[in-house]
Amino acid sequence: MFDVIIIGGGVIGCTTARNLARYDLNVALLEKASDICEGQSKANTAIVHGGYDAKPHTLKAKYNVTGNGMFDKVCSELDVPLKWNTSLVAAFSESGIPKLEELKHQGEVNGVHGLSIIGRDEIIRREPNISRSVCAALLVTNGGIVCPYELTIANAENAAENGVRFYRNAPVTKVEKDGGQWRVQSGAGTFTSRAVINCAGLYSDVINNMVSENKFHIKPRRGEYYIIDKSYAGTFNASIFQLPTKMGKGILVTPTVDGTLLVGPTAEDIDDRDDTRTTSGGLAKALKFGSATWEHIPMRDVITTFAGIRAHCDRDDFVIGEAQDAPLFFNAGGVESPGLTSSPAIGEYLADSAAEKLGAKAKKNFNPIRKSIPKFREMTDRERAQAIASDQDYAKIVCRCETVTEAEIRASIRRPVGARTIDGIKRRTRTGMGRCQAGFCTPATIKILCEELGISPLEVTKFGGKSKMLDRYLFDKGGGNHA
Amino acid sequence: MRNVDIIIIGGGPAGLAAAVSAYESGCRDILILEREEKLGGILKQCIHNGFGLKMFHEELTGPEYAKKYIDKVIAYGIPYECDTMVIGISDDKTVTAVNRVNGVQVFKAKAVVLAMGCRERPRGALAIPGYRCSGIYTAGTAQRLVNLEGIMPGKKVLILGSGDIGLIMARRMTFMGAQVLACVELMPYSSGLKRNIVQCLDDFGIPLLLNHTVVDIKGRERLEGAVVAEVDPETKKPIPGTEQCFDCDTLLLSVGLIPENELTKMAGVKLGESTKGAEVDESLETSADGIFSCGNVLHVHDLVDFVSKEAEKAGANAYRYVKGDMKKTGGGVEVKNGYGVSGTVPQFIHPESMDEPVNFMFRPKGVYKNAEICVEAGGQRIYSRKSRILSPGEMVNVQLSPEVFKQVPCIEDVTVKVEA
Repeated sequence: MFDVIIIGGGVIGCTTARNLARYDLNVALLEKASDICEGQSKANTAIVHGGYDAKPHTLKAKYNVTGNGMFDKVCSELDVPLKWNTSLVAAFSESGIPKLEELKHQGEVNGVHGLSIIGRDEIIRREPNISRSVCAALLVTNGGIVCPYELTIANAENAAENGVRFYRNAPVTKVEKDGGQWRVQSGAGTFTSRAVINCAGLYSDVINNMVSENKFHIKPRRGEYYIIDKSYAGTFNASIFQLPTKMGKGILVTPTVDGTLLVGPTAEDIDDRDDTRTTSGGLAKALKFGSATWEHIPMRDVITTFAGIRAHCDRDDFVIGEAQDAPLFFNAGGVESPGLTSSPAIGEYLADSAAEKLGAKAKKNFNPIRKSIPKFREMTDRERAQAIASDQDYAKIVCRCETVTEAEIRASIRRPVGARTIDGIKRRTRTGMGRCQAGFCTPATIKILCEELGISPLEVTKFGGKSKMLDRYLFDKGGGNHA
Repeated sequence: MRNVDIIIIGGGPAGLAAAVSAYESGCRDILILEREEKLGGILKQCIHNGFGLKMFHEELTGPEYAKKYIDKVIAYGIPYECDTMVIGISDDKTVTAVNRVNGVQVFKAKAVVLAMGCRERPRGALAIPGYRCSGIYTAGTAQRLVNLEGIMPGKKVLILGSGDIGLIMARRMTFMGAQVLACVELMPYSSGLKRNIVQCLDDFGIPLLLNHTVVDIKGRERLEGAVVAEVDPETKKPIPGTEQCFDCDTLLLSVGLIPENELTKMAGVKLGESTKGAEVDESLETSADGIFSCGNVLHVHDLVDFVSKEAEKAGANAYRYVKGDMKKTGGGVEVKNGYGVSGTVPQFIHPESMDEPVNFMFRPKGVYKNAEICVEAGGQRIYSRKSRILSPGEMVNVQLSPEVFKQVPCIEDVTVKVEA
């Protein structure tokens, strides 16, 4: 029996896991997909929001502002790329200026510091490539960008290092009270625990509604994005929003910590919460609205497109904390944007609440430090020589677009909660995330994954399930050249 | 830091021919740096025949063609390092490379030949809507899996784009027991060679759907189908109501090749808009002193034979540069793309000092029947020839001797054009 079972391995579940690992508790995390970070946490805008956008006195506002203030510490402990690049909310007509004032006021009510309205000249001085039709903007000095997968994975690795057990391919089918404990049925078997924390993202309503009469419903909302090649790094410094609408924060143009640029997301209510398709209509819309900020988006240098689904809740706010009618069942429900920004605060709150209810004591030997896989592309030549001297696999560059070495790929598989799929390697190392989109490195990556896991290339998947990469050997296994 | 006369980046067809040519010109201090385990580049996986007709007057497979050059490299004792990735290059020709044996190495070269080849455009670059499932490969990746790893990616295949590798893979996948449903091409013409359309599609009854494209990808995990629609030939927009779904587990993309010029940019070399490769003059020297470029990294070729020819020139000229034997001065005269012409290489020539024939290579912008290919210099027509058919899929080669230019006084620019 576990003390706590966390359902869901996104950024909220993994952050909660890490925070629970601070206590003397036996914790398990169940993830339905083949890997952690397979849902919202992998497909979002990767922004640390300032906190001006959420309606005052909502949980979104509260956790956004608190979470934002925790990022420096969390990212430094977990060695996760974070950049305070500031955000701008740009108005492209005079009529937008009063709305900027409203946003500024709203932000101040929420407790955001350092908001100011800047004029056209100042905007253009900061962002020389912004559309000249810009009139004014809200400058948000506490806006930042972060790598959302590395943040999620880093939390998971650190949690695992501190004793949390991770079960992947473990979709939860039933949660029920069985005497004084919770019984959780999953694809990886049935587990029991004293407490359950629902961090199931897009399915957080399904899990909650299994145990609580206080039901809520997720209304999935799809957003589509373009990623522009890193050769455009520096085109924009800040994350540039347009004035928000009732569907969200609008389409923005933002740099990522990896040097690429994102244009998106659209906002479209859909019925199917797994419908992560991109659509021609959605992409056209992202381009059209994105072009208001960045007039000549270089379509020739789009490296890929993707869609993410937000867990928009019919309560129009996060659902956080213990369910009133289900003691020791805690929710992180309806966590959509600004969920990534809120994650450190939500994870801490949920873990502390559960620990308090369970009367848990702090663990003495909790180690909050996690180091990222040393990245060859970020090293000096001297560091590279040292890295190769200690591990020759650092001399073999597998992903030439992102300069990822064999050593990094092997490490991503060997680490706690390590990669088991091609996409898992991609998110942990950037292998295949560059401009050739894994054209060159796929055969080599498959080979390394097979060597590390002792499996056949025919068993390798892109992201688990039926997503097999390959079909059959042409010759008797061993007869061909599998180099 | 190690000094080398000529460093050749890339041990594929271009790099090999450049090395052999530099050696045969007299250079005895050459180093080839190759990122893969073996020399030969993309030819290693091109096990079909059709190579070498121009250079050797015989039909060779890719590996056989490569071997002709590799044998010479070995016979001449030209040093090469495989499994070696160049990670840095500066305009003063300092080259940084890594491999398992030597770790990080820094070379100082007197001349550099860039011969890194090209990469394939991926799905992402096309923004094809739909799921991001497995089973979607570029044709070249599939070719590697099938021909070098001996593994079939799938059973039922649709091919998007009619580039040569896609056409070759249509036949290859058929030979290996897969069912190839169709080859879908956005343009009203194929971007591949005519002979490949005949030998790889027609001979196997594989339909070529011109003016069509993939508008949706089905399959949440593994690919289950691709929806194909006809497009308006003018706007390239799908025509509603023309959609048909092909049930397939594999989609191969052959939708264009992009020269891999990351190092070229790092060296501060100026790139051409239409070729996406370096701008070069008739000696194949780039805007950076002593840095030469050839093969698919310069501009995407149709035939390896022309890659070799171009690279031989780059190799020989690199050695002339090392010896201080280059006669040209200044940036040269610009070669302009006239009507119907795209991506002419070289972009600059030096008519005064030219002492060997210059090869203009370009791609027609569209399909032209019974058109004339012309070169004008200083307002005079210095060359023309009739061509029965011109198409973007077939590169045009025009060779002109230095004498032709010397007849024209005062050349300020040169224009290559099509008169349809």
